[in-house]
Amino acid sequence: MTQDYLQRYLFLILGFFGVLSALMVVFTKNPIHSVLYLVLTFFSIAGEYILLNAQFIAIVNVIVYAGAIMVLFLFVIMLLNLNKETEPHKNPYLKFAAVVTGGLMLIVLVGSLKMADTTAIATPYQGQKGLISNLGFVLFHDFLLPFEISSILFLAAMVGAVMLGKKDIK
Amino acid sequence: MITGGFILYKVILVVIVFLISLVIAMYSTYAERKVAAFMQDRIGPNRAGPFGLLQPLADGLKMFMKEEIIPNLSNKFLFILGPSVAMFTACITGAVIPWGKSLMIGGTAYPLQVTDINIGILYIMAVTSIGVYGIMIGGWASNNKYSLMGALRASSQMISYEIAMGLAIIALVMHTGTLSLRDISAMQSGWHWNIIYQPLGFLIFLICAFAETNRTPFDLPESDSELIGGYHTEYSSMKLGFYLFAEYINMFISSAVISTLYFGGYNIPGIGHLGLSPNLVAILGVVFLFAKISFFIFFFMWVRWTLPRFRYDQLMNLGWKVLIPLSILNVGLTGALMWIFGRIH
Repeated sequence: MTQDYLQRYLFLILGFFGVLSALMVVFTKNPIHSVLYLVLTFFSIAGEYILLNAQFIAIVNVIVYAGAIMVLFLFVIMLLNLNKETEPHKNPYLKFAAVVTGGLMLIVLVGSLKMADTTAIATPYQGQKGLISNLGFVLFHDFLLPFEISSILFLAAMVGAVMLGKKDIK
Repeated sequence: MITGGFILYKVILVVIVFLISLVIAMYSTYAERKVAAFMQDRIGPNRAGPFGLLQPLADGLKMFMKEEIIPNLSNKFLFILGPSVAMFTACITGAVIPWGKSLMIGGTAYPLQVTDINIGILYIMAVTSIGVYGIMIGGWASNNKYSLMGALRASSQMISYEIAMGLAIIALVMHTGTLSLRDISAMQSGWHWNIIYQPLGFLIFLICAFAETNRTPFDLPESDSELIGGYHTEYSSMKLGFYLFAEYINMFISSAVISTLYFGGYNIPGIGHLGLSPNLVAILGVVFLFAKISFFIFFFMWVRWTLPRFRYDQLMNLGWKVLIPLSILNVGLTGALMWIFGRIH
């Protein structure tokens, strides 16, 4: 039982750091610092996954988001050499629209979480759902068709991006 | 349940793995200079101690005594964070590598591995991909165009070669059916080394390991003839030492991973017939694993002093147009062969 308390406190601390660094992504002025705070957010989320016994999702989160996508973000920001002085000033209407859209997104998320059935999660720290064998079975047995269709979608997006990036199409 | 003895055993194991990584990395610098000297028909370091064996200590002392320079216009926090991240990620990879079988002491089995997580290979991939940050942050924070060029080269190179490396590992995992490094080691007892089943995958993995550790012929991030020193141009004192040292630790860990994944890990073929006690077998297995690791470290150095550096476009062509298609072919081939031999149900 003491272990359960430990995990609960760790979960709360990680959640606090996750939210704090997510806020810092928005509030910090330097784009490079923003990206680094976002990396910190991903790490706290990965830590929460590990506490929920979903190591595979945690490690994939680190490999894909923190390890690949954020490196590309950093890459682009470094190449463009964005900083406080050269950052273009955004239209105030645009900022207002962004706040409204973000707020609507929050409402949708809260609404969907309110309807969610949480009674099934009695022992969150001993769950077996996130283990790789269970996850693989579900993906390649119960949800094989949606899984394959989404991978084709990714392939199409990738080919499209390469085509858009080409300078001269013959 | 977690007991005091368990924690003590884990702490001792962590400290030993950490110290061994550091000592091997230290003597890799010495070995590198001796190997280079041998290949170029020179003598190499021979002043400090017998055969120059105290040379790494002298180098370390020199690194500590040098003046520490932080450029005026650099971002100080990130400038220090860069080498710290590089060193940290280099040191934590050893946690999942099975160094040997279990030792039996007083009726309790003590596996010679810090932690056997069920996603061991992916953990190594994740730590490798985080290692890029050390170079990128350091290169950017230096506020120097050569550093930035080196950092950009390092990150694009590592991301490109991670894909081929991941696909090579996927073929290996299809064959072994597990992601745990301990299970993969245990499966290769006798002569069932994975190199026999995955020769193409091994070749791809080896090339990608060179690229991921930024070793010649893929050392473009620090190519001195074009970029002065690459991402660590502005670094001095022990912060430079951390970058250089992290490279040698990475080399040691990659050699350990290659030996574990493809060359049977701690298994000694035919040792079961000799009737030795299990503890002796476990210790001999550790020695055997370190012999394999030493060979691969030597191989890294051998290649460095034999092959010239790639040009940047050649590097990208090799990564994207040769290694990735080859590794996809390897995945398909592995699947087809497994189907023919009836291992898929």
